[in-house]
Amino acid sequence: MYSQGLIGSGEQTTETPEILAAFQARIDADEKIEPNDPMPAAYRKTLIRQIGQHAHSEIVGMLPEGNWITRAPTLRRKVALLAKVQDEGGHGLYLYSAAETLGVSRKQMTEELVSGRAKYSSIFNYPTQTWADIGAIGWLVDGAAIMNQVPLCRCSYGPYARAMIRVCKEESFHQRQGYEIMLKLAEGSLAQKEMAQDALNRWWWPSLMMFGPPDGASEHSDQSTRWKIKRFTNDELRQKFVDATVPQAQRLGLSPPDPALAWNEAEGRYDYGEIDWDEFWAVVKGHGPLNKARVAARKKAWEDGAWVREAALAHAKKRAARQSVAIAAE
Amino acid sequence: MPAAWVAALIGLADDHLILGHRLSEWCGHAPMLEEDLAMPNIALDLIGQARGLYTYAGDLEGAGRDEDALAFGRLERAYRNLLICELPNGDFAHTMLRQFYFASFMQLFWQETESSTDATLAAIAAKAVKEAQYHRRHCAEWVIRLGDGTDESARRMAEAVTLLAPYTGEFFMADPEAGGAVAAGVLPDTKALQPAWQADIEQVFAAAKLVLRENVYAQKGGRRGLHTEAMGHLLAQLQFMQRSFPDMTW
Repeated sequence: MYSQGLIGSGEQTTETPEILAAFQARIDADEKIEPNDPMPAAYRKTLIRQIGQHAHSEIVGMLPEGNWITRAPTLRRKVALLAKVQDEGGHGLYLYSAAETLGVSRKQMTEELVSGRAKYSSIFNYPTQTWADIGAIGWLVDGAAIMNQVPLCRCSYGPYARAMIRVCKEESFHQRQGYEIMLKLAEGSLAQKEMAQDALNRWWWPSLMMFGPPDGASEHSDQSTRWKIKRFTNDELRQKFVDATVPQAQRLGLSPPDPALAWNEAEGRYDYGEIDWDEFWAVVKGHGPLNKARVAARKKAWEDGAWVREAALAHAKKRAARQSVAIAAE
Repeated sequence: MPAAWVAALIGLADDHLILGHRLSEWCGHAPMLEEDLAMPNIALDLIGQARGLYTYAGDLEGAGRDEDALAFGRLERAYRNLLICELPNGDFAHTMLRQFYFASFMQLFWQETESSTDATLAAIAAKAVKEAQYHRRHCAEWVIRLGDGTDESARRMAEAVTLLAPYTGEFFMADPEAGGAVAAGVLPDTKALQPAWQADIEQVFAAAKLVLRENVYAQKGGRRGLHTEAMGHLLAQLQFMQRSFPDMTW
């Protein structure tokens, strides 16, 4: 999945104008910045924050979908969902590794997440109530994530851009899988159709919110754009998503829950209604239906697993010590 | 292969589905991200093996039951899995030790089944044996790490050994439905696998500094549908969709 418009960055930087200009020249020449290259402190911090938020989103995103693994309706759906959630964990792993190239450890990032300080995509603070939610997440949430992430494949920071190429391929597969779940529901019984429409009703607006605040209210798009971390504005990406998704909903015979949604012939795009930004900010600030439960679940896994990680380290030390004794004895 | 032996295949499939279900409960809650990937991976293999076995059992039975009808459409008393597969996960030590026991057993079982007189089962075994080998190695490494890790991990592993001891005997009891298939060389005689299994466990326990518990009274009944109280709750989740929305396509 799953990045959302970056929240809470806007770092100050202290390098000389010459250093900043030389760095900008490399960016402008479309050179990739690699881990050992000089980079402004604010570039590094922005990336650590963005990649960290993205990694956390993958990890927290395992929870709402994981909620249906044991209840999937068929064995085929069960293995597909299990593999999908596992893929999200894999994305988290690449992304934490990409962030580690910038000098922050996975442990530090995880501790920020479980303390509740780190942000992640707010969409995962909503509950998955029915099986159709698994379809809707694949179709809409992964669909929105792809809109956000495809441009990141050209991000100026090499390790992040390369991680995104693989992630996008898998996301695209997940999105089709989610759409296929919806398609089966749409072709099914009345109860299945109602389940599908209800899921669309609940996930539509949070999906539009995934692109982050409107351009006027976004604090730091400009610097990220100049550094080619960000290639499109939040509103541009949101519009692309709406334009791609509305015909897909029509094909399913479902209606997005927006009376203002209409094709604008003159502009060649869909107009859509006002997003409830109060709800968006409330969820970002921790007041979504499941913010506390999501962080608590990650915290529990981390704390309950501490003895396992300690034991693995202790065993590795013992083994190394035994090996060095054996070598000394030779 | 005669339809009379279908029940034995269903029992084997149930072992894999039910244990895969338990393992999948860890997804998103593991002690480290690597295990959040590894445990679902093993669960995927187990459920994949169950699918092959259910499909084959349904074909042989010829009553129109497909993999989903068999996996989701029975009452608790009709599930024939070994009890060890349905036990709640407990902590990571308990989960890994159980998985090691099962994988070590299944590796031996599939090795024998590769030369089954039934070509379909031999083909299922040829794929499954590679997967079981990998599961066995992964889980044995954890048993050793935790057994010979910290005081706490050693204590937890020793507890897991005690808790699971009554449930390993059932691996080697003859399945009342499998007698004909064993005699015909279709399925292995599990009793004959016990010495090799025991040797494998002892070898890993020696490296893990764990002590095997012997002469423990063995719980049994899974193969006759006599389950623990945990089973009904597991099935309530597993069957939730099929029970709430019967006869629909997903």
